[in-house]
Amino acid sequence: MRVVGKPLAKVDARAKVTGSTLYADDLIFSDTLFCKLLRSPHPYARIKHMDLNAAKAVEGVVAVITGNDLPVKYGILPISQDEHALESEKVRYVGDPVAAVAAFDEETAALAAEKIRVEYEVLDPVTSIEEALSEPTDEPIHDYGGPANIHKMAALSFGDLEAGFAEADHIREDVFFYGGNTHLPMEQHSAIATYVNGKLTLWSSTQTPHYVHRTISKVLDLPMQAIRVVATPHGGGFGGKTDPFSHELAVCKLAMVTGKPVKCTLTREEVFYAHRGRHPVLMWVRTGMKSNGRITAMHFKTALDGGAYGSYGVATMFYTGALQTTTYDIPAYRFEGARVFTNKAPCGPKRGHGTPQPRFALELHLDKMAEDLGLDPVEVRRRNYVSPNTTTVNWLRITSCGLEEITDQVLQASSYVNRQRAVGHGMGFAVASYLCGAGLPIYWNKLPHSECLIKLDRGGVTVYCGATDIGQGSDTVIATLVAEELGLWPSDIRLVTGDTGFAPVDLGSYSSRVTFMAGNAALDAARKLRNLLAEVAAESMGCLPGEIVTGDGKFGTLSFEETTQLAQERFGAISTVGSYRPPDLAGPYKGSGVGPSPAYSYSAAVVDIDVDPETGIIKVNKVWLAHDIGRSINPVSVRGQVEGGVYMGLGEALMEEQAYRKAMPKQPSMLDYKSLTSVDMPEVETILVETDDPEGPYGAKEVGQGPLLPVVPAVVSAVHDALGVWIDQVPVTPDKIMKALDAKAKGQAPRFGPKSFPDIAYPQYVKVDTPHVATQAI
Amino acid sequence: MSDSVIANFDVNGRSREVLVKPYHTLLEILREDLGLTGTKHGCELGECGACTVLVDGLPQLSCLLLPHQVEGKEITTIEGLAEGDELHPLQEAFVEAGAVQCGYCTPSMLLTAKALLEGDPSPSRQEIAEALSGNLCRCTGYEAITRAVELAATRMDT
Amino acid sequence: MLRLKPFRYLRPAGAEEAAAIVAEFDGEAMLVAGGTDLVPKLKRRQMEPSILVGISHLEELRSLRSTPEGGMEIGAAITLAEVTRNKDLEMHWPGYVQAASLVSSPPLRNLGTIGGNLMVDTRCNYYDMTYEWRQAAGFCLKKDGDACRVAPARPHCWAVSSSDTAPVAIALDATAVLAGPEGRREVPVESLYQDDGIHYTTKQPYEVVTSLHFPPRAGWRSSYVKLRRRGSIDFPIGGAAVALVIEGGRIIDSRIVLSGVASHPVVAVEAASYLVGHSLDPELVAEVADHAAKPVKPLDNADLAYTWRKRMVKWLVTQAVLEAGK
Repeated sequence: MRVVGKPLAKVDARAKVTGSTLYADDLIFSDTLFCKLLRSPHPYARIKHMDLNAAKAVEGVVAVITGNDLPVKYGILPISQDEHALESEKVRYVGDPVAAVAAFDEETAALAAEKIRVEYEVLDPVTSIEEALSEPTDEPIHDYGGPANIHKMAALSFGDLEAGFAEADHIREDVFFYGGNTHLPMEQHSAIATYVNGKLTLWSSTQTPHYVHRTISKVLDLPMQAIRVVATPHGGGFGGKTDPFSHELAVCKLAMVTGKPVKCTLTREEVFYAHRGRHPVLMWVRTGMKSNGRITAMHFKTALDGGAYGSYGVATMFYTGALQTTTYDIPAYRFEGARVFTNKAPCGPKRGHGTPQPRFALELHLDKMAEDLGLDPVEVRRRNYVSPNTTTVNWLRITSCGLEEITDQVLQASSYVNRQRAVGHGMGFAVASYLCGAGLPIYWNKLPHSECLIKLDRGGVTVYCGATDIGQGSDTVIATLVAEELGLWPSDIRLVTGDTGFAPVDLGSYSSRVTFMAGNAALDAARKLRNLLAEVAAESMGCLPGEIVTGDGKFGTLSFEETTQLAQERFGAISTVGSYRPPDLAGPYKGSGVGPSPAYSYSAAVVDIDVDPETGIIKVNKVWLAHDIGRSINPVSVRGQVEGGVYMGLGEALMEEQAYRKAMPKQPSMLDYKSLTSVDMPEVETILVETDDPEGPYGAKEVGQGPLLPVVPAVVSAVHDALGVWIDQVPVTPDKIMKALDAKAKGQAPRFGPKSFPDIAYPQYVKVDTPHVATQAI
Repeated sequence: MSDSVIANFDVNGRSREVLVKPYHTLLEILREDLGLTGTKHGCELGECGACTVLVDGLPQLSCLLLPHQVEGKEITTIEGLAEGDELHPLQEAFVEAGAVQCGYCTPSMLLTAKALLEGDPSPSRQEIAEALSGNLCRCTGYEAITRAVELAATRMDT
Repeated sequence: MLRLKPFRYLRPAGAEEAAAIVAEFDGEAMLVAGGTDLVPKLKRRQMEPSILVGISHLEELRSLRSTPEGGMEIGAAITLAEVTRNKDLEMHWPGYVQAASLVSSPPLRNLGTIGGNLMVDTRCNYYDMTYEWRQAAGFCLKKDGDACRVAPARPHCWAVSSSDTAPVAIALDATAVLAGPEGRREVPVESLYQDDGIHYTTKQPYEVVTSLHFPPRAGWRSSYVKLRRRGSIDFPIGGAAVALVIEGGRIIDSRIVLSGVASHPVVAVEAASYLVGHSLDPELVAEVADHAAKPVKPLDNADLAYTWRKRMVKWLVTQAVLEAGK
């Protein structure tokens, strides 16, 4: 391959290093108005009355809207249509938007928003999972779900759990808690809308322009044809810009009301309220194991603090139970999950969506079981690794799987097995797996998940695809794949992406789906174009199309331009299209839509730390991360994703936390929400393993999310290695380590973490037949 | 406009005379009055470093600078780093080393690195990390950025 | 974007004039040098002056020189970064340079001044929040409210002294020169602070700190150890400044001053005195550190668990004493 797998510059890098890339807040149109949202100061309250007069009277104010102007409910999932762009009856968290002002400048809009008088009847907020499970003192937060403030529950059972436990030589139960955290993209959310000739255009810092497009259509009652959503170059997403947001709908409505462009850029504090971050999850796991380390059965229970709205939460809840089986062959498995509503900023998807929490619990639980049985924790894992080309007990199809290879390589590179043993020094090992795109779309349909169109003419090659580059490099991936097929360089390819008006649909940058799905769609279109060009080139050269070699801007002996001319003379206007829809992978049960993916990536991490027994302060010395990438389309970008994932995993393990005092967000600023600085970041050694996935474009799989996952448990495992205490709750702050050491010194259980798991009235589990595929012998 | 004042300073080698509000920060003036949107904002409170510009060659945060404080000073923004179409060696290195993901912190990182290399042409990894420690990045884990600064330092030193 | 409320900005010709303006517009005007502490607070509307009086441009605040008797004079508008680059300071007052180098982050140190860091506002995570946040959580005693949110039992503000450099300046017997409309006075840095989160300084609001003076300190060793979550950006959530004179293996004079544990830098006079006459024995150091830490009562108004911060004071003092004694 000429360009695939080569360390070429990203196609958008030059614009970004010169400051010429225009992010959403950099856009300004003639006569633009500026919008400010008024947000609730109460975590839970009924709106009794709103008086807009003082706000409207402020000089420079053009329009003020409230929930009465945007009465249609929406939500990213069809089953959780529980949000209003502006609430008019009830507010459910501190920061819930209730009104929007458009004015000549942002200062005036802010001043006017402050003059809106809202009379609230304050209700008793629900602030924890435990509170949400019990009968509320006031009415439930939403008028659906239940009992109490439970949003959604599920219970699934695969295989014969009781028999599995009966067979076990050792059974262990553990409880873990994963604290919530947020994406903290460097760029605050921003959106600007115009409404001209009955057509609405929204430029927004969004990861999912298609879903935003659909939501606008629903909420503003506009035909799909009248809307265009452009995902602007993105200052970081990590899942935080995957929902349709109030400010997006507000600027659309205000543009329609005023007839002028309207822009809204959130302040950093507002980004913390927009949130949709990592769910806090309480987890209970019970596993049966043979004395040789082979798992016989696993029972996993989760309770998620969802915050005030549904968001992706039902999917998140299912994800907390879905991917345990993609690394370990578990012959009998039961999952019970519940997501609750609380009066806190709504949680949603963050890098790893619903899987870092159970992965943290699962990996540490296996460490503990290995310790109980006197087995090596790595060997226990190896004994249970899934094999390539198998189906898991919960019906997930495993194809390429480099678990053994990444384990070998990460152990070798880190010398984990022969590590230096000393008090205060430790190393931890963990593995994980992630999707290469969700196997099912968010709203039910049989349409392609990704579509791509390539136009070829005298102006060169232009690729149109809805895929959205959020900094992960998806534009570069698409350009590279097309360039490879056409014998060009990625920089030769013009791209129109993330634009629902000009580019065909791609579902968005979430679930690590873009390389696999948009990549395959682009490849499909590019191969069709290559065939057309090869046909005319072969005719001209007097050979067979199959004999045409492309590269360095040539089709055989013809230049690309000559070939293009011949093709146009023969065919007229030329464009080709490609699309991708994953195979039908869902198992035969309700809830099987979450978890299937056309392929799974695998990551293994070793973390080396020093932890001071006097202070509990951790210094991370180095992280080794081996990743089964399938194939690297661009190894520099892949390495960057691995390093970024390790960074974010360390942040979640050590300090990142969306903390609350009751319902009040405790630290909505970049000073108080702690993220690693350059001096806190250790060296990362990245090891890429190529397993050549049979369905990935050129064999490629995902890398954006997977590498974060094993880092968190590996840090905690390293703490145990260093000090002999278990910190069963992240972030692992020094005070928790000191409390665990205190407990150990007093002869109590040497751990810090939740003591118990609440008694949740999960529904009767659905018993699912196991797939008729031979699993590994016990 | 009664509360506006005239501010004089030099931006990327061009002298500017701007009518500004004394309470508008340099960040607002650059982005909104001068249209230099390459300077980003991430926190508005001096906590993230995204708005870093060079003031008389030193990295400072434009979200904290009032116009009077930069009166008569020389300001360099990301738009002033390349010479025409020719990228600064740091920019080249950032492109090559994959130091750019979302790119939002990139202008601040580049300007901070420029000031670093001007004071110390061959910094150690630790010194690079120290110099960049006021500029948050959420994409890269700083690894590729550090490599890019090292690469540029090597090239600029020879 | 979070923006500033309107104010006028005045550029006086000298420190006395600056003081006179602030005195004239009593309560309306505030002094500003680098602005790294003030500007975020203005954006969060923790202070709402209608006039800012700039002083960082004043040449008389920009001295940085050795005094004839062997001390050091540092103009209040000298930046923290300039301090960290000064060889004389590094040689004779290393603890001060260490402290300055640990303030916030590199770009902040290029702008923030040493005078500003001495007078940095006390901090509290119920107070250092935006107007909207404080409105939602309930305003506090220090601004707009009538009760302390951390310890509501009595009307006292517990905001925390968060200067890294003040404790070292105190440990090294530094003095500050203050200019008022009527002239100047020189006071020990230690006397600038008092135990009240709101009225944390004895300096009059109009008085301009013009310079900081370190007396000659031949034979003095000094250190500063800072506790914070990250290696950069963060304010101290604890800190210990230590100054020692060691002769013939014995400590003949010693100072211990704590930061980030109360509304003022805490001078541990008695604990420090226990070191005098002894060699740097780890057991003794531990005892002294324990003594210094005992009276300190951090509250739940800064980063991380206050119980942990409390136990860390002893560690900080130990580290700082050992570092100074090296």
